[in-house]
Amino acid sequence: MTASLILQQVLNGLLDGVYYLLIALGLSLIFSLGGIVNLAHGAFFAMGAYLTIVLTPHVGFGGAFVGSPVAVALFGMLIERFLFRRFYRSDPILSLLLTFGLAMVAEQTLRMVFGAAPLPYSIPQALRGQIFIGDFVYSRYRGILLLVAVACIAGIWLLLNRTAFGRVVRAGVQNPDMVAALGISLQPYMSAVAALGIGLAGLAGVLLAPIYSVHPAMGQEIITPAFVVVVIGGLGSFRGVVAAAILVGLVKGLIVAAGYAQMSTAAIYLLMLLVLLFRPRGLFGERIQRFE
Amino acid sequence: MTDTRSRRRFVLDAAAGTAAVATIGAPAISKAQSDVIRIGHLTPRTGFLGPLGEYAVQAVDLAVDEINAAGGVLGRRIEALKEDSVNPQTASTKAERMIERDRVACIVGEISSASCLTIAQVAQRTRNLFINTGGNSDALRGSNCNRYMFHVESQNSMYVKTVGRALLAQNMVKGKRWYSLTADYAFGHDLLKVAKRFMEQNGGQFAADELVPTDFSDFSTMLTKIRSARPDMVVSNLAGVQITNFLKQYAEFGLTFPVAGFGFDTAVAWGAGSGNFFGTWPLVWHHLIDTPGSKRFVQAFTARYRRPPENQAWGDYVAMKILAQSMNEIRSTEAVKLIEHWEREPKFDVLKTREGYFRKYDHQMMHEMYAVEALKPNEIKNQWDIYKPSAPTPGANEPLDAIGSTPEENTCTMSA
Repeated sequence: MTASLILQQVLNGLLDGVYYLLIALGLSLIFSLGGIVNLAHGAFFAMGAYLTIVLTPHVGFGGAFVGSPVAVALFGMLIERFLFRRFYRSDPILSLLLTFGLAMVAEQTLRMVFGAAPLPYSIPQALRGQIFIGDFVYSRYRGILLLVAVACIAGIWLLLNRTAFGRVVRAGVQNPDMVAALGISLQPYMSAVAALGIGLAGLAGVLLAPIYSVHPAMGQEIITPAFVVVVIGGLGSFRGVVAAAILVGLVKGLIVAAGYAQMSTAAIYLLMLLVLLFRPRGLFGERIQRFE
Repeated sequence: MTDTRSRRRFVLDAAAGTAAVATIGAPAISKAQSDVIRIGHLTPRTGFLGPLGEYAVQAVDLAVDEINAAGGVLGRRIEALKEDSVNPQTASTKAERMIERDRVACIVGEISSASCLTIAQVAQRTRNLFINTGGNSDALRGSNCNRYMFHVESQNSMYVKTVGRALLAQNMVKGKRWYSLTADYAFGHDLLKVAKRFMEQNGGQFAADELVPTDFSDFSTMLTKIRSARPDMVVSNLAGVQITNFLKQYAEFGLTFPVAGFGFDTAVAWGAGSGNFFGTWPLVWHHLIDTPGSKRFVQAFTARYRRPPENQAWGDYVAMKILAQSMNEIRSTEAVKLIEHWEREPKFDVLKTREGYFRKYDHQMMHEMYAVEALKPNEIKNQWDIYKPSAPTPGANEPLDAIGSTPEENTCTMSA
């Protein structure tokens, strides 16, 4: 393998990791704050992709790029307000059942409205093409995608770590009762976090619609690796999820590069197993009192 | 939160359970009257083959309505019990239930070769008929062949020989190096074996062959490898919506090596988007075939579902029609009588230029196939007519089984 081929594979792996990250970050946020295992998260991703196809003829890809995640986030707030909110203090198995049902309803709704066949969608003309540097070639669209995703993730990090909003959210993750005792209601923060997390899944849907097949089961395909990322990274840890997503992407990419694509799915589960054996709380998992 | 695997299992089981409950609730089952002949229809309606299953189900509904409008079967109405086959285990359980509880006269359907095998085992054990409308693997007609299974869908050998002839004509075989991507399950493994045999017989070789898990959706790593391997041709042995991902990303990375595939469904190309379809592919049937039967089918399907039928719709439609016609002809719904009838190799209108028949040797339908060549973006006039079909293969002066596997290539010993 030449240096440029290895570099390309590392880039491919990174990008693969970034998709997972957009999904996994939302999963992790919603679980950390509300204790909800959101199996419907993949459905929001699919919804983002379908909305992109619906909106593009009216507002173009640019409009869909903004409109679709915002619409998905607003929908997420409704789901939080009317469904998630009832389950914050209950056994996680109940919210698991709820979101599992929700995922099926969402997938089947997509199938009923849009049909089961994949819907055609292409990269906008202006963003097509490849970047060549010597032997090195990369898709231009993916380069842009990577930049957008990194910007979003950096933005969320700043929001959680450098603002008053983030301080309350982080305190709420650790000790909701203490936050309440300080006279701060967590409800609006829960809504905001659900909107943020679910909006991110919608964003991933917009970004991937041009290069992935848009079909009703697309959410189901991405949710499992995203969970693996959350588990490897450790609950409640932002940098854990980031590190795990990149790790999973790289491991998968390098295994494919080495010619063992058929083992790439198994490999990420093996990675999860190894991490859990040595660090049961995940790579950077924090001790969250109420989950112990 | 630690055991994602078992959660997924739980999720799948629950999905299967829910589907089962949904069916139990269906009113169709409650009227168990003898004035109705029931046909069980199983096909994947979710997952990576789900998009194709939808065409199958729509075609069955259309066929049932047409059969009943024409007087039904032996003066009785026919009724299809349709379910999502999900995976090989669930397919087998549902086939068993349809036969033992719902007393279906026959099971029709399927797309996954792995599920075909489990349904065929149930069919054989219970001495019931199974007509495979979408599973391609040669093994189903060879080492796993059985007396109770018939195949309307073509076998992998027929697909490979059809596209193979087109590729030989393009001079893309002899002395050429192919890079193949293969779906990592029964269908793909079987297809790769047949494709390799074809290459060996015709003086070509494989630069590489990669097995790809069925839930694999990002091909960037693979595309980078293909680019540096510089093959003469990239060959897809992929299945379902995976082909859509592959086509989209191949265009995205701007690779220019010619592309061909040995397994294909039109829906996955219709779903790729403009500029994302290229190459040479095989089809068991396509909506541009110019025969009266084919045109009637396309018209009826399009009128009802507002989109033309694709090849999977053809398979299930034709299977239902053949079944009804045969039951009427022999005046019986018994599996054994139907088998004896079909083993005499009667000819059926399969909406093509020539009539088809089930070959007695392995129960494979012998009929014409087509290689299609993707149109260039500027040649495309509408969203459906995206390829230029070849003349039927084999040619008019050849026997239909010229493209089927030979007994040496694929040995079938029918157990009673």
